[in-house]
Amino acid sequence: MRKTLLEIRGLSKFYPGVKANDNVSFTIQEGKIHALLGENGAGKSTLVKMIYGLVHPDEGDMLLHGEHYMPHKPSEARNLGVGMVFQHFSLFEALNVAENIILGMEDAPPRAELNEKIIEVSNQYGLPLDPNRLIGDLSVGERQRVEIVRCLLQNPQLLIMDEPTSVLTPQEVEILFKTLRKLSSEGVAILYISHKLDEIKVLCDHATVLRMGKVVDTCIPAEETARSMAEMMIGGEFAMPTVREFTPGKTLLHLENLTLESLDPFGTSLANVSLELRSGEVMGVAGVAGNGQDELLLALSGERPTDAGMVKLSGVEIGDMGPTTRRALGLLAAPEERLGHAAAPDMSLKENAYLSARVRQGLTKSGFTLFGKRDDFAREIVEQFDVRTPSIDNAARSLSGGNLQKFVIGREVLQKPTVLVVNQPTWGVDAAAAADIREALRELAAEGAAVLVISQDLDELMEMSDTFAVLAEGRLSKPRPAAGMTVEQIGLMMGGNLEERANA
Amino acid sequence: MLRLEPRQQASSTMRWLTPILAVAITMVMGGFLFAAMGQDPFQAIKIIFLDPFIHETFGPYSRSQLLIKAGPLILIATGLSIGFRAGVWNIGAEGQFVMGAIAGGAVGLALYPADGIWVLPLMTIAGALGGMAWAMIPALLKIKFNANEILVSLMLVYVAYNFLAAMVTGPLKSPDGYGFPESRSFTSVDATHLPMIYEPLGMHAGVLVALALVIAAYVMMERHLLGFQIRLTGESPRAAKFAGVNPAVIVAVCLGISGALAGMAGLFEVTGPAGKLTTNFPVGYGFTAIIVAFLGRLNPIGIVLAGLLMALTYIGGELAQLSLGIPAAAINVFQGMMLFFLLAVDVFVNYRLVWKKEVK
Repeated sequence: MRKTLLEIRGLSKFYPGVKANDNVSFTIQEGKIHALLGENGAGKSTLVKMIYGLVHPDEGDMLLHGEHYMPHKPSEARNLGVGMVFQHFSLFEALNVAENIILGMEDAPPRAELNEKIIEVSNQYGLPLDPNRLIGDLSVGERQRVEIVRCLLQNPQLLIMDEPTSVLTPQEVEILFKTLRKLSSEGVAILYISHKLDEIKVLCDHATVLRMGKVVDTCIPAEETARSMAEMMIGGEFAMPTVREFTPGKTLLHLENLTLESLDPFGTSLANVSLELRSGEVMGVAGVAGNGQDELLLALSGERPTDAGMVKLSGVEIGDMGPTTRRALGLLAAPEERLGHAAAPDMSLKENAYLSARVRQGLTKSGFTLFGKRDDFAREIVEQFDVRTPSIDNAARSLSGGNLQKFVIGREVLQKPTVLVVNQPTWGVDAAAAADIREALRELAAEGAAVLVISQDLDELMEMSDTFAVLAEGRLSKPRPAAGMTVEQIGLMMGGNLEERANA
Repeated sequence: MLRLEPRQQASSTMRWLTPILAVAITMVMGGFLFAAMGQDPFQAIKIIFLDPFIHETFGPYSRSQLLIKAGPLILIATGLSIGFRAGVWNIGAEGQFVMGAIAGGAVGLALYPADGIWVLPLMTIAGALGGMAWAMIPALLKIKFNANEILVSLMLVYVAYNFLAAMVTGPLKSPDGYGFPESRSFTSVDATHLPMIYEPLGMHAGVLVALALVIAAYVMMERHLLGFQIRLTGESPRAAKFAGVNPAVIVAVCLGISGALAGMAGLFEVTGPAGKLTTNFPVGYGFTAIIVAFLGRLNPIGIVLAGLLMALTYIGGELAQLSLGIPAAAINVFQGMMLFFLLAVDVFVNYRLVWKKEVK
């Protein structure tokens, strides 16, 4: 029996309105690879930030080697042997490998000595690195090596890895796993955060499952299936959808092998996404963030044009058209990010109403703004969607998240779209406002429009969708009726491999 | 530990007060500067800000210089402010000013000694096109290769200076000029002489055009779709893409407009106050206009006031050089202080200073 390295006892962290972590307890053994499993927003990041000293817990404590452990800042954690590799790297592209590593060290050895050490450590763990190469010339996988080697040089006893494989090719994943296994065989414990269940199954010795900030389960991944772990993540308790009156009309939106390269190095490209969305239909697209959701929205809003035939609206090929033409034709969208994408933070609600409603509401005359009409429309959104704001002159930034979200959704819904695409429509919105938004979207469909809801909130999707599909690694599963769907099926769609999904 | 914390909503009164506050601080700090140089600070500040209006001997001449100097500043700054609001940083207005003067001047010289009221308008259009063409170089490089427009437009200023030198010693050199590096005089021929409308304030036709364009710019920015798209691009580029704005178009439009206005200002300068193309007709209006644009809060009315203020410091500065022997460099420092303090005061409008104990 190995010794306990880190014991977490009742850690809690509260943010206004949210319990990010609620009485979380578990232990990590020396030399074990421990998985932290959970959906987005389950509290994984907050938890590891507390272990690494970036966030201070409100309640609870931790023991490292049986002694009180509560780092106030990351350097304290590092000195006590806790290292962390972040999902997004903090490297300077214009500096070389050794210089970047020096930046993170408290008392760096002389350069020649350090270079030797970098070469020695990186070769020892199968992550060869040339200390003199510029970061800008390295691949994403190589950059990650720099981050890992930077941690290893401090001889950590616990290494925290946040979604390490999301940026790697399958070959690089293999190399990384070898390294991690070697480390664990030398007694280093690894806290491994991921939602890729297959990886956890082959790599990890233990897993702790978080949901809504609480530990809901623990398991030994090797003894579980990807499906059973997905079920733990989702939780078996959500209400199954009731069968709704649903008589789909003619096809309004038709995606045919929609393919789009992601511009974001951490994004996911869309590969052959096909679907048919019919009049009166609400389709839910589930999936963990970063699996192509943003790209799908951009491809539909028109911000990223594709081949003309990949997107058809009521039979018209519009894939190569920009947002303004698409709006005129009836395809509207509400992006996930309210401030800075759906709305301009420092502009008034009046101007933000004009931003996307200009064409459909006829708010200009030969290019000149019709102020009266614009203000009336802004007022209509505020009244009908119960947006709490002192006036329509207020800047978008001054509204609370929920109120701004109501404004953004209201702005699109009131334009009477043929097809509306929304990404995370109720993210960070209080329960009452979320219910209003869902209701408005359902109503829109009932009036004959088609609605595509991209969301990570399964409960929400189950509540409002007629049909249901999963977006994973840029591919969309075959949509199927949401009614009668079981947790097992969803778990399979989310955690299962692509082959299973294609055969299903 | 002292920290800057963003304010929830910056006060709009303060936004308008900052330029005044900045000028006041500049006066105080400038006073210290002049005192350190052994001058009476009150006297120096009075000479710079008041003597141009009230001095018995210099007053009349100074007053007539006010609009002559403010005109180009206002015209150029108006163009620049449009780009600055979109986040398109044209720093090379000086080069566009020079190229506009060359292009427009060349048209006038080619037509020499034509007579007719159509000559000057034609030269003005050529001047605007010359400035615009020069500004399209950074625009196209930015659109095609994402080259930084700040660097490209700035470097093109020096290319323009050298081009000017080549022109006035070559093709555009006056045949009757005894070999001096300068063009024929535009002011000695009526058709190419920019008419003076109100002599005591130095209001020539170019100033009227500038004021008309200020109003046009205001209408475009506040009431027209294009102005909205320009502001939206500056506020939030991603929201602009969502709204269907093509960023390449905005870059081209902004650089094009600011180049055209700078080019026009250059043409007005050589057909009016400067009188001919020489290597030293550009006195840096293109650079000073950047300060004017920011001092005027990128707002047309603000720019008119800031242009007048800046012209005043030029004229008053010259008076101070003349009567107190303050070096020109000190006057430049004084003008630079104004932008510096404006930006500094701005920080405190948008942020507040808080004393915070380090979080344990």
